[in-house]
Amino acid sequence: MEETDLLILWGSNARETHPIMFHHMLKGVRNGAALYVIDPRRTSSAQWADSWLGLDVGTDIALANTIGREIIHAGLANETFIERATTGFDEYRASVERWTLDEGERVTGVPAQTISELAHAYARADRAILCWTLGITEHVTAVDNVLSLINLSLLTGHVGRWGSGVDPLRGQNNVQGGGDMGAIPDKLPGFQDVVSNHEARAKFEAAWGTKLPPEKGWHLSDMFEAIERGELRTLYVMGENPAQSEADSKKATELLEGLDCLIVQDILMTRTAELADVVLPASASWCEADGGTVTNSERRVQLMHKALDPPGQARDDHWIIAELARRLGHDWGHPTLEQAWDELRSLAPNHRGMSYRRLEELGGIQWPCFSEDDPGAPFLHGRLWEEPRQGPPAPFSVTEWQPPIDQLDDEFPIRLTTGRRLDSYNTGAQSNLYSSPLRRGETLDLCPDDARTLGVEPGEVVVVRSRRGSIEAPVRLDRGLRPGLAFMTFHFGDRIDVNTLTRDTFDKRSGTAEFKATAIRIEKRNGNGRAAAAVGAPTEVNG
Amino acid sequence: MDLRLLEAEPTDAERDAVDAFLGPPVSAWVGADAVQDGHAAHGGHAARAERHQLLPVLHALHARAGWISPGGLNYIARRLTVPPADVYGVATFYALFSPTPRPPRVLHVCNDLVCRCAGSQAIVDALSDEFGPEGSERDGASWIASPCLGQCDRAPAAMLVQSGEEPLERELTAITTADARAVLDGSTPEPPRSAIPPQAGTDKLRLLHRIGIVDPESLDDYRATGGYAALRRAFDLGPDGVIRELADSKLLGRGGAAFPIGRKWEAVARQPRRPHYLICNADESEPGTFKDRVIMEGDPFSLIEAMTIAAYATGCERGFIYLRGEYPLAERRLEHAIEQVRERGLLGQDVFGRGLHFEIELRKGAGAYICGEETALFASIEGFRGEPRNKPPFPVTHGLFGQPTVVNNVETLVNVPAILLEGGAAFAAIGTERSTGPKLFCLCGSVAKPGVYEVPLGTTLRELLTLAGGVLDGSALRGVLLGGAAGSFVTPDDLDLPLTFEDTRAAGTTLGSGVVMAVDDRVDLGELLMAIAAFFRDESCGQCVPCRVGTVRQEEALARLISGRPRGTVADELALIAEIGQAMRDASICGLGQTASSAIESAIARLAVFDGNGAAT
Repeated sequence: MEETDLLILWGSNARETHPIMFHHMLKGVRNGAALYVIDPRRTSSAQWADSWLGLDVGTDIALANTIGREIIHAGLANETFIERATTGFDEYRASVERWTLDEGERVTGVPAQTISELAHAYARADRAILCWTLGITEHVTAVDNVLSLINLSLLTGHVGRWGSGVDPLRGQNNVQGGGDMGAIPDKLPGFQDVVSNHEARAKFEAAWGTKLPPEKGWHLSDMFEAIERGELRTLYVMGENPAQSEADSKKATELLEGLDCLIVQDILMTRTAELADVVLPASASWCEADGGTVTNSERRVQLMHKALDPPGQARDDHWIIAELARRLGHDWGHPTLEQAWDELRSLAPNHRGMSYRRLEELGGIQWPCFSEDDPGAPFLHGRLWEEPRQGPPAPFSVTEWQPPIDQLDDEFPIRLTTGRRLDSYNTGAQSNLYSSPLRRGETLDLCPDDARTLGVEPGEVVVVRSRRGSIEAPVRLDRGLRPGLAFMTFHFGDRIDVNTLTRDTFDKRSGTAEFKATAIRIEKRNGNGRAAAAVGAPTEVNG
Repeated sequence: MDLRLLEAEPTDAERDAVDAFLGPPVSAWVGADAVQDGHAAHGGHAARAERHQLLPVLHALHARAGWISPGGLNYIARRLTVPPADVYGVATFYALFSPTPRPPRVLHVCNDLVCRCAGSQAIVDALSDEFGPEGSERDGASWIASPCLGQCDRAPAAMLVQSGEEPLERELTAITTADARAVLDGSTPEPPRSAIPPQAGTDKLRLLHRIGIVDPESLDDYRATGGYAALRRAFDLGPDGVIRELADSKLLGRGGAAFPIGRKWEAVARQPRRPHYLICNADESEPGTFKDRVIMEGDPFSLIEAMTIAAYATGCERGFIYLRGEYPLAERRLEHAIEQVRERGLLGQDVFGRGLHFEIELRKGAGAYICGEETALFASIEGFRGEPRNKPPFPVTHGLFGQPTVVNNVETLVNVPAILLEGGAAFAAIGTERSTGPKLFCLCGSVAKPGVYEVPLGTTLRELLTLAGGVLDGSALRGVLLGGAAGSFVTPDDLDLPLTFEDTRAAGTTLGSGVVMAVDDRVDLGELLMAIAAFFRDESCGQCVPCRVGTVRQEEALARLISGRPRGTVADELALIAEIGQAMRDASICGLGQTASSAIESAIARLAVFDGNGAAT
């Protein structure tokens, strides 16, 4: 990040949602890197951008394909890289041919000239990094959105080199670690495929002394569908708050309530925990458990150390699991975290070289790290540049744009998108415990023009209605929005449950629902709609 | 915590003033009204590179509105993509910007060292009686007391600042209470005449020879009296040749630090990093100093020519004149001169057809003594608070915008044409072995003929005072303040001191900026010292602790002594003042803190101010 020449933030307001990572980006910017921000809102990240592309919600593939076509037509595609390291370019080229700059402007709303400038700057840059977050993935076309961005990196060769690459920013300190450890429906720890990699499956079966079903499991959205079908009757939830974080939360809550058995293991009494039959209080892994690891966005595995004793009867997650196993008739004893880690190292080759001793000494190691003399890898996919190329080529994907499912019409003419703010985190389970001078509580953010048209004033509580439900929230004005675009967070679900409005349609491949694109209308409340303070904000008065 | 985001909007007039300077906003992102461009916006590096416009645009806003209103401030913040808190920090750094509303006419009445000796306190007292305390408004006008306005040769002085559609800044010199009253009642004073040095018309003047003789607004007059011959000579010598002549001349910088100019220019010329910048430090703010003003008002083209030579020798394509904010006449003269010279192709692309590209921009300070410190000056031009930076790195490698930079004082620069025309070696023959060339001195205070005098270095203090007509009739000399507020006092016994860098240093004093302020026995010395202490307390930028705290403690101790109520004995207080002075000398980042106790300590030691009892004698 610090040594790149060009940064694209696509569907990410990193300044507020990834403040630490944004700090590194700013170092790059201070070193001279150009910054492009692609986001329907003119966010505080966009304030730093050399150019902001305010595409309409859900037109990411259209924009990516337009950029791709422009790069090809301008003769700026990296033909050497395409030839040696990729497949499927011809099909890709044909598929983006209809995305002229004018067509891109028509669909995305971004001026053709601005799209063209970005395309040329990205293709010409010696080094370029393309980052994205939930603005890309919280759509029904989530996977295609990501693939359309990967196409751009393959087209320009901005992958697998120092200062060049694609980077999905992780939302928590250990999202990457969760996936690495196998918390993905079709992956064993170390990203070994449970369906196709028979050798790996056999290895795990031998180590664990049990048969592993060679089929893909359910992801979260599949599980809710299975609950709805009555196939899934017992749910064990660890460190997740689906009663508030799922789209169409009213429906999600009903499904959770209808389960035969709901077990929640969490450090806090979340809304989901309140619905549970059994609550297992857990220690906070980052400060109350000793010797665990987390893996961050850059695949760096870091060792954690205990600073506090857990309160009351709270226990470490691994102790609870082992104890549960014992009481269910499988006495594993109580292995230490290091013992569990060493088992992982024996089974997951890309973690093999990371002994606790080395993690401690080096302050973290980036996988893959195959042996104890392997320093780890500062970036991935370097193999694509090796001569001869190592491993399979990287495929281009044909990605077809489709508009958001929840379409705008005369009845629901305003596009609501959701996101986060600097001082709050997700459903607020962690962040609402402390006060913040910046916290304004939940508001419906509108551009000044829309407020004028609707005849509503800042602070006025209005009814926000979607095809699924309605909530009430006070209005706040935001110059970063344009007419027809509204914004809310989901930090204060106890008071204003924004996910009452969102739609639970999800991308079948990723399981992520379309949080980012809801059609709404805004109604004045009957009678007196004035309210002094935003809900959730104890003292501050906006404005 | 109380963090509030204000939503104040600018008035139409404020918006117009800012837009007139910066051009109309290109998008709603930076302040345009309509969100017609809701799908794209530009900013980033290009927008942030405009931060150096902050000080000039604050001037534009202040001239129109009379103050820096929250709405105007927010608008500037949006236009330049600088956080409002940051803009506020910059705006409130400068004394000439008011963060609270002011009436359209404000009279700044100088009540600093020299004007005080010329009776400014009586004017201030009279205005307090008639118009109320400073800052109070009556019929769209108010008055405030001001630090030194640099008109010490024509004390007491004032400056009218009028805001609105036709803003006006005008110096008033040698004023009476009646003059001040008339201005506050609504009359507009005549523009001041240029100061004519007492020596005007005499032979052998190198730096002052045109002043009072030629029309300062005529480039033709300038050229008819030898102007631009030196630049032609520079082109013949080549950049290395120019630097060699300067090294041979042994010219030392006249801004106070006495650094050899040849070495400075060579160091910048050698830097491979480009661009190089040239800065003329015209932020002449040392109380008692006015020599640069006299040059800029009376011979502005000589400064432009000297800067062009400097640019040629050191490889600069862009130069700045950082002019103190209280010199409206000098500002007009320089603006006019730059315009004329540009029209004739003596600035801009391909100067003289010799392939030199050079542009000069005039930047106006806004009332901050510290900005005369070179690194603070960089910060000020760059659009930050004028806080000094640590050295090293030195400006020759990391100056303005982090690039190699030549910074020279006005007087230093105007020596350059003379050196090239007569040759470095000939120039070095003037003055003494180690202090070569002519020097300008600002004679002020209790002398018969105050003004700027040009004499060879090595002239004695007695000769200089005699040149200025001696001490005022009927009074006796008590002491002489050399070098201004940052300098030190010498006694009537020291009058045979040769005025050179080395002799003054050996005598424990300094030439500083060339101030020679005579103090006679009618001056209340205690009050004068309090004014000096208050000046430094006020002008300390507050960045580093020794100076921020030390200047306050020094003033407090002095006040206790002068009021005759020392804490402990007088000796205790004097020891405290000495200790504070030592701490500031040892530990301040810049010269302000390092010299903030010098005049006071020298008065205590040499003028026996607090001998015997607490009250000043």
